[in-house]
Amino acid sequence: MKAIRLVAVAVQSIRKNKMRTLLTMLGIIIGVGAVMVMVAIGQGAKSQIQAQIDNLGTNMIVITPGSSSAGGVSMGGGSGTRLTLDDAEMLKRESFVLTAVSPVIATGAQVVGGQGNWRTGVNGVSTDYAIIRDWDVRYGRFFDQSDVLSMRRVAVLGSTVAEQLFPGQDPVGQQIRLRDVPFDIIGVLEVKGQTAQGSDQDDIVLAPYTTVQTRLAGRTFIPQILASTGLQSDIPAAMEEAKVILRESHGIAAWDEDDFTVRNQTQLAEAAQGTAEVMTLLLAAIASISLVVGGIGIMNIMLVSVTERTREIGIRMAVGARGSDVLTQFLIESIVMSVLGGLVGLGIGFGGAELLARFTGWSTAIAPGMVAIAIGFSAAVGIFFGFYPARKAAALNPIQALRYE
Amino acid sequence: MTNGEVIRVEGVKKLYQTGRTEVLALRGVDLSIARGEMVAIMGASGSGKSTLMNILGCLDLPSAGSYSLDGARVDGFDRNELADIRNRKIGFVFQGFNLLARTTALDNVELPLLYDRTGRKLNTKALAKAALEKVGLGDRLDHEPSELSGGQQQRVAIARALVTEPAMVLADEPTGNLDSRTSVEVMALFQELNEQGITILLVTHEADIALYTKRVVELRDGRIIRDEPVKRRRIAADDLARMAAEPDAGVTDDLLRDETMELTGAR
Repeated sequence: MKAIRLVAVAVQSIRKNKMRTLLTMLGIIIGVGAVMVMVAIGQGAKSQIQAQIDNLGTNMIVITPGSSSAGGVSMGGGSGTRLTLDDAEMLKRESFVLTAVSPVIATGAQVVGGQGNWRTGVNGVSTDYAIIRDWDVRYGRFFDQSDVLSMRRVAVLGSTVAEQLFPGQDPVGQQIRLRDVPFDIIGVLEVKGQTAQGSDQDDIVLAPYTTVQTRLAGRTFIPQILASTGLQSDIPAAMEEAKVILRESHGIAAWDEDDFTVRNQTQLAEAAQGTAEVMTLLLAAIASISLVVGGIGIMNIMLVSVTERTREIGIRMAVGARGSDVLTQFLIESIVMSVLGGLVGLGIGFGGAELLARFTGWSTAIAPGMVAIAIGFSAAVGIFFGFYPARKAAALNPIQALRYE
Repeated sequence: MTNGEVIRVEGVKKLYQTGRTEVLALRGVDLSIARGEMVAIMGASGSGKSTLMNILGCLDLPSAGSYSLDGARVDGFDRNELADIRNRKIGFVFQGFNLLARTTALDNVELPLLYDRTGRKLNTKALAKAALEKVGLGDRLDHEPSELSGGQQQRVAIARALVTEPAMVLADEPTGNLDSRTSVEVMALFQELNEQGITILLVTHEADIALYTKRVVELRDGRIIRDEPVKRRRIAADDLARMAAEPDAGVTDDLLRDETMELTGAR
């Protein structure tokens, strides 16, 4: 029997049982639809992460201390020679490509003032920080070079901190206390939003690094130096330059490795994209479960169908159908059903992703490759779950099948 | 097409084993049927009639003995070979018509051609249409079984049996589900086809249906107890003409016959 005839027979049989076919297909429709929506969410998250990374700062380079090892035992990142304020100042002074450099002295403090108190992070930074992070003030002003040099006790609040302590008012000119040290509020930052990892970037207090170092941290080393270039294309050169300057500053011999790490946003982005990739995969895996359930639904209906159509199988066998003809017919039926279901599911996936984007504000994206994967996958489900019922049909004895009531 | 043996059965036995009980359904059957014959196989229920029909129809294999169909030794065939020989050599007509539901007459008749492996039957639709015209249903091609009367459904089944030009038509109680007038009509069709040289094997337990054939083979307890030509053969076309001429008489006759059927424990 020719394959095209078998397909015709299968399609005919599917059309004869519209309701049953639809119910069977529903499992695959929902399965494929769910996978599509989930992957769309994952893809959307990925592009959102990209946007957030751009939001972290433009053309930013991050310098952190490297690891030290004692007798072959690595002490991990940050344990090596500390970065110092001298390093930051040297970078600022000697670099040609870097347009802005700021040390970041991160510490935490209980902020007291206004309506009460609030635990938050305090970053001691230089005036360049606002340029590097591309972050303006909403009220007041950012501190200037004289504030830094004079170690003035001035602070710029993140919008979350401002909202917590001074809800609904402009706190500029008021005072807060950080670990019992009074600071004058000179500005409030614009809303920056969340990072890709979900931490609130606005939950922060910025103060001159000189002030933070002497009044709060009391350390000479700094955990991070941020820098930026004017042009994105300058980043590789800037990274090289920063390395050379820091090696000189740390007195590292030519044959020794760096004791610091210079990264840029591309690397950070890649790491974050990797996370998003894993998340997409996870979502797809969860949604695949419904596809498997849909496949079992097909198997279930096909088994019922084999029993229900025992007589039909008997007739076909009596007029000369081989077992393999019956097997192929049932297999094609299940494949046609699952692929049709897959196509409908695809449409629903597109629509669902679109609706979700509209109502939740999440960004969603469907890659073109997904279409092929969805169809291929549903065909595979059809073959896998259709085989057992089809084989059962093929193994029927024609005499008993003909007598079956 | 009048010479030669279509069926040759020698010493055929069939043993059924269900659990621990063994049933010898056929205890040694010898039978030879020539081309162009019209034979009735009779017997009460449990006589081995159905078992013999299954073997003759290549649906089942004998436990012992040999069976040749149209020159081919069938015993020893595997499932696929049996399917192929059924497709090429045998046309089945069943009591319950056994048409595919929700499928047009044309598609039903086309069915055996779809399983043809010889590659000779290419214009399947045209062949199916011709077969339906042969049984007088040229105007019912697109009707589904539910839109056809019992007699018409059986005609579709006969067309399906004929469409592959088989060596023989094997009819299992073809009139069992039909009223008496329609039964005679179907027998008239069988007689007409037989006149054209088609070998017809009719399994029945109704004596008056057997009277339309040329030869009666009767089984009891797995053996042939009678094998003789029909002496006073009835011509279905004549009976139909008589029924048309005397409608009342015909009906009375039919009613009586139906009652006899019930009394004799007909299925």
